[in-house]
Amino acid sequence: MTSWGIFNELDNLRREMDEAFRGAGVARPLATTFLSPTSTRRFPLLNMSEDEGHLYLDALLPGIEPEHLQLSLLHQTVTVSGERDPLAETSGLLHRSELGFGKFSRSVDLPTEIDPDRTSADYQDGVLRITMPKSERAKPRKIEIQIA
Amino acid sequence: MATNGLTAANQEGKGQDREETRAPERFLRPAVNITEEESGLLLAAELPGANKQTIDIRVEKGILTINAPVSREMPGRPIYSEFGWAPYYRQFQMPDVIDQSSVKAEFKNGVLTLRLPKAEAAKPRRIEVSVAR
Repeated sequence: MTSWGIFNELDNLRREMDEAFRGAGVARPLATTFLSPTSTRRFPLLNMSEDEGHLYLDALLPGIEPEHLQLSLLHQTVTVSGERDPLAETSGLLHRSELGFGKFSRSVDLPTEIDPDRTSADYQDGVLRITMPKSERAKPRKIEIQIA
Repeated sequence: MATNGLTAANQEGKGQDREETRAPERFLRPAVNITEEESGLLLAAELPGANKQTIDIRVEKGILTINAPVSREMPGRPIYSEFGWAPYYRQFQMPDVIDQSSVKAEFKNGVLTLRLPKAEAAKPRRIEVSVAR
């Protein structure tokens, strides 16, 4: 739980700094490119949200064949890994090369316990959405107060 | 007609300006790879989260515009966020050699592939030289 807190705080801080300077230059910056060789960020980029019974994780994974995508779950850690193949037609003259290719793997600690058996993942339009039901133990519970 | 021509001339070589005038609205510039082959250009753009039905690609006055709205949202309350959703928008100057009427587009796994074939006249051609004896 400690690691979750401190490292994500640092990550958030760096991102806010990046965000503050965005648009300050002449040209607009690119959207953060997946597997960009010029970026120090970890890929894939992740967003996480929760509601009462579920935890949701979105990962930006454009251009991956679904069969090259692996997802594993160990205790409270989710690992997304895989490989992006270079474009088939790269024989010609390359005018502009902004895309990144190759292997990737990223693990993230979840803030609560989840039920791995009912976890589902869905890949559509280059975005992976993982839906994880929270385990019964992690759900909030109301405790009746007895009046003595 | 005259005004029209003037505007077109002003835009030449300033693809960026058109983009900048749209600044108040938030959008993302997608990353691309552009490869040239004998038959034409191949453009691959990353548009994760865009939808096949709503991607808008148009060619106007030699400028190729890719515009893709994104209508994805995460359920519940955000607890950790590394990227935001915004429409994708980017423009390119098209060389004259491209046959604008036969541009083909394909969208798969969040990557848009555009095939921009060269006009017949611009393709390299082998000309046999017959030597008169």
